Amino acid sequence: MELPRYHRLRSTFYRLQASRCAACQATYFPPRPYCLHCGSRNLEELRLSGRGRVLSLTRVYQPSRGFSDGVGTLTALIELPEGLRLIAQLTDVEPAEVETGQEVEMVVRRLRTDEEQGLIVYGYKFRPVVGARAAEGANSA
Amino acid sequence: MRDVSIIGVGQTPVGEHWAHSLRDLGVEATRAALADAGLERPDALFVGNMVSGLLCQQENLATLLADFSGFPGIEALKIEAACASGAAAVRVAQLAVASGAHDLVVAVGIEKMTDLAIDGVTSALATAADADYEAAHGVTFTALNALLMRLYMERYGYTRADFAPFVITAHENAVTNPYAMFRETVTPEDFLNSPMVAEPISILDSSPVCDGAAAVVLCPSDRARSFTEQPVKILASATATDTIGLAPRKDLLWFGAAYESAHRAYRQTGLRPEEVDFFELHDAFTIVSALSLEAACFAERGQGVRFAQECHIHRNGKLPICTQGGLKARGHPVGASGAYQIVEAVNQLRGHGGPNQVANCRVGMAQSIGGMASVAVTHILGV
Repeated sequence: MELPRYHRLRSTFYRLQASRCAACQATYFPPRPYCLHCGSRNLEELRLSGRGRVLSLTRVYQPSRGFSDGVGTLTALIELPEGLRLIAQLTDVEPAEVETGQEVEMVVRRLRTDEEQGLIVYGYKFRPVVGARAAEGANSA
Repeated sequence: MRDVSIIGVGQTPVGEHWAHSLRDLGVEATRAALADAGLERPDALFVGNMVSGLLCQQENLATLLADFSGFPGIEALKIEAACASGAAAVRVAQLAVASGAHDLVVAVGIEKMTDLAIDGVTSALATAADADYEAAHGVTFTALNALLMRLYMERYGYTRADFAPFVITAHENAVTNPYAMFRETVTPEDFLNSPMVAEPISILDSSPVCDGAAAVVLCPSDRARSFTEQPVKILASATATDTIGLAPRKDLLWFGAAYESAHRAYRQTGLRPEEVDFFELHDAFTIVSALSLEAACFAERGQGVRFAQECHIHRNGKLPICTQGGLKARGHPVGASGAYQIVEAVNQLRGHGGPNQVANCRVGMAQSIGGMASVAVTHILGV
């Protein structure tokens, strides 16, 4: 288990911290030290809303080591209202219930448990936005 | 820069080599290529390998292979570019000879994958993705390609069945390749009934986990005929990269690295795509075949699958691909595959294609892709 690594990643894994170029306003997730668009290295922190929409998804039957309880779970490509995309697991959902276009929101969940030392890695996953929260999202949009 | 030619090739069969180690395979392919060139000892050895550290607990691999191949002392380096490592080693060998740094250079691609259980291999392969923002979230390589395949199907209106010609053709070609892993045909029904790895990608959309090594010997073109009557010229050699992660790409369904490396190669030769007689492409998954055909400008955007359905990819078609079975059926020992493609292209251009010989071929292209199409290495060879 690489403890310093996950400590370093806490701002992106727990708060979806992105970056925005102060010169040209281009946004990036994961955050970058140099702007790909204008070359500026003056990038500032940008906190994402955590809302998104499923652009593509797949049900995974052959997971990586450490993710064996993820057999049959969903991995999704998610489009964020800030004009960014990321890939994350979906949670709190039955695979048959979700389609592309589904509105989702970020939650912090267990990503995996270290097999040898039992340490838990937490990070972002996304769950469907349902009921009142969905209506709230629709109103604000 | 000097012109560079290939004067010898060697390969091991691809498969599950329970009785042979990483070093056994690497030495066999290296010595076979040297023997083909009539040589005992090269000036330098470049080893293309992706994950020997994770799969075999062996790094410093080039030193090991130089030592056990019988020539400790020479310059030997490992070259890594994910699944394109084998082709990247050929690229570095080409640069070494073209620059004048060395005269006789071996590039060997190698991978030994079957010592680990499948979850360990899946994790090791995922290291070619973005470790912090893809792999750490349980995103496997197959999952990345599955996300892309689903997008492609929805965008262009294809079904899973439409991808079958890539698999059927690869297996047909492998039947008559003695080095291939799967020397058996598959039917459209086999393809449709194949179990899912990550929807919509099935086992038969995917290239297999396996072991193998392939090697080529390079020298300056003006010396090539003193070693062989059938040298093959490296007309172009070009690498390009894209974003490491899939999600940040502006255009998800466009392989930018593959396009760039192919077009740098076209520019180096002055050749147009229609002048290429066959294409050893990177069919790690069926979706990769489709997008590779589009990136190298053999098919319009969204038409890569249609191109295969119209039978252009057969041995006698407009553009034969994967002529010895490709990654799908010859097998995909990841860091070795790029070198297998070059060996197979050389064999075609020498008229050594056996039952799979492409008639009257003079120009062959090989493109190896690493990561989620984040790096691509293209070679154009000719006689």
